[in-house]
Amino acid sequence: MKALNMIPLFVIVPLAAAFLNSLFGRYMRRFAEVMTVVSSGLMLGLSVYARILLESAPDKILVYKLGGWAPPFGICMVLDGFSGLMLVVVNLVAFFVAVYSVGYMEKYTDKPKFFILFSLMVCGMNGVAMTGDMFNLFVFLEVASVASYALVAFGTGEEELEASFKYAVMGSVASSFIFMGIALLYSFTSTLNMADMARVLSYRHSVWVVPFAGVLFLAGFSLKAALIPFHAWLPDAHSSAPASISAMLSGVLIKTLGIYSLTRILFNVIGAGQGYLKALMFFGVISIIIAGMLALRQSDFKRLLAYSSISQIGYIILGISLGTPLGVFGGLFHLFNHSVMKSLLFLNAGAMDYSTGTRDLKEAGGLDKLMPLTSKTNLIASMSISGIPPFSGFFSKLIIIAACVQSGHFGYALCAIIGSVFTLSALMKARKLAFLGEIKDRMRGVKDASFTMKISMVCLAVMCAAGGLMLLPPFRFFIETASGVLLKGTSYANIVMKAVLR
Amino acid sequence: MTLYFLCFILFSIGLYGVLRKRNIVKIIMGIAIMSYSVNLFFVLLGYKFRGRAPIDAHDQGIVNMVDPIPQALVMTSIVIGLAVMALLIAISIRLYEKYGTLDITKIRRLKG
Repeated sequence: MKALNMIPLFVIVPLAAAFLNSLFGRYMRRFAEVMTVVSSGLMLGLSVYARILLESAPDKILVYKLGGWAPPFGICMVLDGFSGLMLVVVNLVAFFVAVYSVGYMEKYTDKPKFFILFSLMVCGMNGVAMTGDMFNLFVFLEVASVASYALVAFGTGEEELEASFKYAVMGSVASSFIFMGIALLYSFTSTLNMADMARVLSYRHSVWVVPFAGVLFLAGFSLKAALIPFHAWLPDAHSSAPASISAMLSGVLIKTLGIYSLTRILFNVIGAGQGYLKALMFFGVISIIIAGMLALRQSDFKRLLAYSSISQIGYIILGISLGTPLGVFGGLFHLFNHSVMKSLLFLNAGAMDYSTGTRDLKEAGGLDKLMPLTSKTNLIASMSISGIPPFSGFFSKLIIIAACVQSGHFGYALCAIIGSVFTLSALMKARKLAFLGEIKDRMRGVKDASFTMKISMVCLAVMCAAGGLMLLPPFRFFIETASGVLLKGTSYANIVMKAVLR
Repeated sequence: MTLYFLCFILFSIGLYGVLRKRNIVKIIMGIAIMSYSVNLFFVLLGYKFRGRAPIDAHDQGIVNMVDPIPQALVMTSIVIGLAVMALLIAISIRLYEKYGTLDITKIRRLKG
């Protein structure tokens, strides 16, 4: 199949899976889970294949014209290095989470509805990663967000509902900001296509419209990405949702809706000025330090991981907003690593919850002997995320810190190192309380997680351990092309327009 | 220009409702006001004084039309807003069943 014709499939297949699940899921047992696992597996294969085919495309970009209408008049879907990276990340995590959910969701009622919402969320995220049109970005963003609001409330207990309400309110405020920004940019450029918008903005300058829209985007997308002044919804939503959904939210949703959209618009459409980058760097460092400290005093395992997520998001933002080739490379590499590590950690927390019925670290203890596999994979993920040398997290953090030093931000580099120490101590606290020590009385008779849950945890752990290999020359293109797209800035417009004419 | 500023004021009223009100229903109303004000702003962007509907009729040239794109976009945005609103109201009904109150300061089991 030609790579160009594969592009719309990333939206069509999950959408079709959701539709078929809602039609037949109620009548046939196991239809929904088989359908979702098969469709997300297919998407994983296709995304890797599309990413490899992309290397041979001229300029490393493919533009699909929806309905044959050429942009700037029609909507286009753009597959370039950055979109390719996000597609692989989203579908990778989505596949393993889908496999895990087959076992994990047994304790909830109405599994088919879960898989319907899950497929819709993946559809929305794939759409966000591929789209080349501002309004289309907004629509896909809302599809993914609304599905995730509903998924956070899936347990319909008191805590789930409260967290979901908070998340939905904050998410809708963020969407309003983003929509207002899009409206302002449309009024100024009279186009909605991202490439065309970048072209118009490159020769028409404005005193206040574009900076105002930029600040609206900054606020809206930071709310979605949960950078520290805007983070209030994240710990609640992540700790209350079903574990597989926490893994999706933390692993990919905040990255696609928040970081990807923000950097795509700031770097490729508006053209990132020093003001935006400085503000982002500051938010990033604040997130690293404050969320790192808050993570230390949590006793709920998933809440601890949620705060650690905010801290790691800070690293990604810090790396990307340095704006140097090394910094952007490090940020995107950390984005990839973090999605694998953090989803694995949340799946571990889910396995603990599934087997022992508690998420509280103080009530658990000695699980190392009772749940050996969960404990081993948790050890790998914890070491990787806190930056212990042979694992992938070490390399990405090292690159970010080196990039900070290289561009003269010594204070930020120091903050990044301190944040890493906080992460290490928070996760070692979790390990000590939950997995090491004496087996408590009420933990006796606990068994390890079910088969499908084990499979996906082992696969993700292998990827954590082997993630550092991505730096080797045969695989390096994967991150390098993505950072190249961001570094090209607003000349993105010319590249897309040239690809349209082809 | 005045109309645009009035839209921004409406937006701020919605934001005030979300941030300051304690009743869940009033917070939802604040969100509704915010999304309506953005929709209104977007439609007004395409408006032209004494413009006519953008229909390409048989005997008329393409002159003096309002911009049809914002209308199409706002239609989509209204539908999305409806979905969010329905979900929020459904959650608030369940919250009332669980907690027996609509006061957001009394609904706080999650902290830390």
